[in-house]
Order: sequence, then C-alpha cells, then structure tokens
Amino acid sequence: MFEFRKVAVAAAAAFAMSTASAQAATEITWWHAMGGALGETVNAIAKDFNASQSDVVLTPVYKGGYEETMTAGIAAFRAGNAPNIIQIFDAGAATIINAKGAIYPVADLLSKYGVNFNGDDYIEGIRNFYADSSGDMIGMPFNSSTPVLYYNKAALEKAGVTPPKTWEEFEASAPKLKAAGYIALAQSHTPWIFSENFHSRHNIPLSDADNGFDGVATSINYNNEHMRYHFTNVKEWLDAGYYGYFGTKWADNQKPFVDEEVAMWLGSSASFGGLKKSAKFKFGTTHLPYWDKIAGREYNTFIGGAALFAFSGKTDAEYTATAQFFQFLSKPETNFFWHRETGYVPITSASYDRAKSKGYYNDNPDAEVGIIQLSQPGGDNTKGYRLGYYVQIREVMQREYDKIFSGASSVEDAFKAIEEDSNKLLQRFARTVN
Amino acid sequence: MKRQQFQHPYLPYLLVLPQIVIIGIFFVWPAAQAIYQSFVLEDPFGLSSEFVWFENYVAVVTDRQYVVSVVFTLVFSTLVTFFSMAIAMLLAVKADAVIKGASAYKVLLTWVYAIAPAVAGIIGTFLFTRNIGPLYNLMIGAGWEFNPQVKVFDAAFTVVLVSVWKQVSVNFIYFLAGLQSIPNYVREAARIDCRSGFRRFWTITFPLLAPTGFFVLVVNITYAFFETFGVIDTMTRGSPAGGTSTLVYKVYQDGFLGADLGGSSAQSVILMIFVLGLTVFQFRFIERKIHY
Repeated sequence: MFEFRKVAVAAAAAFAMSTASAQAATEITWWHAMGGALGETVNAIAKDFNASQSDVVLTPVYKGGYEETMTAGIAAFRAGNAPNIIQIFDAGAATIINAKGAIYPVADLLSKYGVNFNGDDYIEGIRNFYADSSGDMIGMPFNSSTPVLYYNKAALEKAGVTPPKTWEEFEASAPKLKAAGYIALAQSHTPWIFSENFHSRHNIPLSDADNGFDGVATSINYNNEHMRYHFTNVKEWLDAGYYGYFGTKWADNQKPFVDEEVAMWLGSSASFGGLKKSAKFKFGTTHLPYWDKIAGREYNTFIGGAALFAFSGKTDAEYTATAQFFQFLSKPETNFFWHRETGYVPITSASYDRAKSKGYYNDNPDAEVGIIQLSQPGGDNTKGYRLGYYVQIREVMQREYDKIFSGASSVEDAFKAIEEDSNKLLQRFARTVN
Repeated sequence: MKRQQFQHPYLPYLLVLPQIVIIGIFFVWPAAQAIYQSFVLEDPFGLSSEFVWFENYVAVVTDRQYVVSVVFTLVFSTLVTFFSMAIAMLLAVKADAVIKGASAYKVLLTWVYAIAPAVAGIIGTFLFTRNIGPLYNLMIGAGWEFNPQVKVFDAAFTVVLVSVWKQVSVNFIYFLAGLQSIPNYVREAARIDCRSGFRRFWTITFPLLAPTGFFVLVVNITYAFFETFGVIDTMTRGSPAGGTSTLVYKVYQDGFLGADLGGSSAQSVILMIFVLGLTVFQFRFIERKIHY
C-alpha cells in the first residue's frame, strides 16, 4: 500500500509538471498535404519556427492528398475538433472561403493578433487568388506554382527548333520533332493547364460572377469557341503523333518526358526540383504557350497549389500563436528557403528580391520562369477562379477529355456535357451556401 | 420437451448486449445518419442545412455518370464473381484429386488470401505500367494495342483481372473444404456407375457442392460490390472517362473527395437498398433450389 502511494504521488507530480510546461507554451497544430520531400521541408520549417521562439509549439501533421486533407479538416470541424491551421488547395478554395464562420480570415487575424501586417507585401497575382472581392486576404498563400513548359534541349536541337512561344509556333515545329523521333508534347493536368490556365492565358472569363470572386458562380464558360478550337487542335495533334496523352494521372504523363520519349512537357513550376533529380538530360524551362490569334499577347497565368487557412473557434493565445507562425512563414528567409527547396514560387516581393540578391536565378534561371509568368500583365479574367464543388467539376472535365482523346466523343459533345454537368454542380453548391 | 430457461430473466439480454451495441454503433447509427443526410442539402462544414425531400435522389439518378457507374458495377460484379468462382472451383477440384504433394499445391493456391485489395491493386499497377510492366509488355507482344490509361475496355480488363486474382484463393479454400466434406462412399458409388469424370462432376459433385457455392456466391457479390474499392482506388481511380468507377467508388469520390454529403448519402442509401434487395432475392429464390 505504501509503495502504491509513493507511485501515485510521483505520477501526480509528473502530471502537474507536464501541464505546467504546456501552459508555458501554446500548442498549435497544422494539417497539411505535403508528402515525401515536400513534407520533410514542411517539418524543417516547423522545427525552425519552434526553435526561433519559446511561446509556441507548432506540430505539423501530414493528412494525405489535398482532397483527403480538406475532408479531414471538414470532419474535424464538424466534430468540434478542428486543427488551428489547415492547407487547402486551389480547387477547394470556394468550399472553405464560403464557409463563413468556420474560418478566421488571415488579414483580420494578422491585423488583430500580429504586428506590422500589410497585404501589399504579398505578390498581387498570388494573394488575390485567396482574397475576397475587396482584396483582403482570407487564406495565407503557401505553396504556389503555375504551369510552365519544360523542354529537352538535345531533342529540340536535333530537330532544329526552338521552344515555342505560341501554339502557332508549336504547330510549325511539331512535325520536325516527330521526324527526329519524338512525340512533341505531353502535359500532366488537362483541367489545370488546358482549361483553367487556358482562360487566364487568353483573358477569357471562366464563369459568371467575375470567375466566382464576386458572389457564388452558377454558370461555367468552358463551352466557348476558343476552348473548342484548342481541343480540336490538340486532338488533331494527338492523331498526327505530335501529342501524347497518357491518361489523367500526373506521373504517367511526366514519365515519357523523363524517358525522352516526349520532347516537351507542360507541368508545374514546382516540378523543377523533382525533374532535376529524375531527368538524365539537360532541360530548359519556358512560358506556357498561347494562341496568338486568340489573345494577341501573353496574359499572366494564375497559381495552382494551396494556401493555409486558420480555423475559427480557438482561444486568443492560439490565434496569437497562429499569427506568429504566419508571420514567420512570410519572412524572406523562410520563404526563400521554401522556394529554393521545393520550386514553389516566392509569395512576397521581399522574398523574391532576396532570391534575386542572393544570385539564385543566375545559377538557376529555370527557377524564375514561374514567378515571371505570374507577374506578367493581366486582364479582367486573370486573377484566378473560385468555383463550388470544383473537385467534381474537374472530375467531369477529366472524364470528358478522356472521351475526346480516345475518340469516344466529339469535341462539341464533350464540352456540352462539361457545361451541363458543371452548371448543375455549381447551382447545387450555390444553394448550400446561400 | 422441456424448454431450457435461464435462471435470471435479464441474463440473456446481457449476453447479446455486446452484439447489439456493435450493430447499433457501426451499422444502425451510420445508416440512419446516411438516410437523414440524403434528404438534406448542406454545406460541407454543416453551417447551414435545408430539408429538400428527394432532390438529392433526383440529382443522383439524372447524373449521366451515375448511370455509367451502375452499368459498370453490374458488369464488373458479374465478371468478378463468375470468374473468381469458376477458376477457384476448377482449381479446388484439381487440387482435391492430387495425391502427391497435395499440401504444397494447397498452400500455393491459398496464400494470396493474405493480400489486401489495396496491395493487390498496387501490384496490378506495377504489372500494367506502360513500357515496363511485364503484363503490359505481354499484351503488347501479343499484338493487342493495349492502353489502359485511355481505353475503358483495357482499364476494366486490368481491374477485373486483379480483383479475380485476389479473390480466387478465398473461394478455393471454401470449395476445397466443400469437396472434402463429400462422403467417400458417394464418390465411389458414382465412380462405379459412371465412367465419365465430366458427367460425374456435373451430376454428383456440383450439386453436393451447391451449399458451399451459395455461400461463396453471397460473399463474392459483397466482395465485388464493396471490397474491390481498394483495387479501383489504387489502379484506375475510376478513369478513363469514368468507365471503371463502381458505385462505392463514386460514393467516395463525391462524399469524401468532393464534400457533397447529401448527394453521396443518397447514393449510399440507393446502394444499401439495392444490395438488400439482392440478398433477399438470393435467399428466397436461389437458396430454395439448394439441398443441404
């Protein structure tokens, strides 16, 4: 009995000490979708943040892919157990931004709990994607990338062509690449590159309500003459052997480029780091081509990737801790580290300047292509998009594009189906948030 | 006859309580939630919801992809059930007849049982990888313009093949056990009366195997409908063109990836009713024809 009492006292003392230390530092959690090497970089940032101060302990938790992370966050919120910070991807932006009351807008959070917050520090093309119609940031930009063209230098040299600036130029050089033994082009995400960014690149509206920024959109604009024109051409390129379509998976379309079967590949500016490791040949990076006859000039593309959001319903101490972390994340040192390690673009002008002043782009000109393309002059429709049930809409697009490329459906029928199904989804979503 | 009675009137209830609690928590409660959700249109975060009667159901059945999923699920389930049962029965009959090294055959035919559907799917993905996978190269070598990334038929072929492969061993165990329970004197009598092994199988062995077969059929239909999720998710994710998306996979896509709880719940209620109907049908009409 005496022994037992001694143990109990010791346990109670240990418990008291552990709660005392927990009171000293605020613990916050961050759910993210960064696996593999990206996840290690996230952990490194969290470790640096924890080491940089003693008030906050941040725990990053990997929750699977983008969709799974969002669903886990939704389920946790419904159960009253939400993390402090969650990473939500571009296609989920409408879902989380329209959940008023679930999210503490970042601009408000930082001005109330942070110090020296100025939204204009963040690069315009990046911050607007996750901002409200008056430009106030709701999400904190984190991993932002944009579609760019990678080309196999030796392959282009062999064919005697230069990387195409426009699709017109591509049409001229594709037969030469084919003659040199290559499929001229492949790309990894038809909805993102050939649909969403196609509209930005040519300054075409993507939906009503200012691409969903000015209210909840209910009508999609994918079924337009420019899209049909583009896909009619892509199908012709496919049939002529100039274009390779390897299904809907990202890696399946990247692999033929790495294997030197395909000469040029459209991927993400953040694919750069991975390609440097996997490709056994010299490759270059340049801007996403555009149709001169449609746009007349280059418009900026917009970002893909994800942003961080702060869940509401937390204590003041936790909000302060979250604001502190967001501030740490935006520091030029942290942000440049993230940019250099992953290939995602810098989110503030100060971080971009730091990368330039460090001479990073002199040694790695390819790493700057994404941020230059994002900073090109824009138009009315190049800010981004915010559309409800967009995960399903992308699924509809993938399905119909598969049909176009397998020859099961005509371009006209496929886009009619995309329009009908997307509008049904948008209208359904609009009813859930109004 | 004297009925057995418990001394204490509450004891039997206490004894079945754990079972009732488990069914309540893991089946009745989620099913009730799904039925409730299927009548409600709600934002993903549950901040506002509206009772909409059958609107979610109408949206589901008028969705063109849903019709594709229904057709694929029926074809897929039929093929998986038929082939995994037929191959398993053939292997079981042959393994049962082997005298030398019988246990080696049995172990080799059984051990795939330990593989989870998701792992089977990953193995399948490796085997069918473009330019590298041995099965991919076999198909190409045979002159088939095999392209599961773009062609629906080819993709469906790969998921059926992997799903069947994974299930054959389970069925094999049951059929083998069923064969071994057929009394030896029946077999001997049959051997005396009939010289044709083929006829002996269809007139003696097959009917005596029917009770096992019925059980395996029920298990396999459930497998094809629900458990093949892991194979689909790791191999095709319902692509190309939504052509390999089973009903369960679509519930997952719309609910868990797309955050449309109302539509996804309506789909699972429809699926629940369908499988319930199928089970009733099996027990009322097929089981009657079986003699135990």
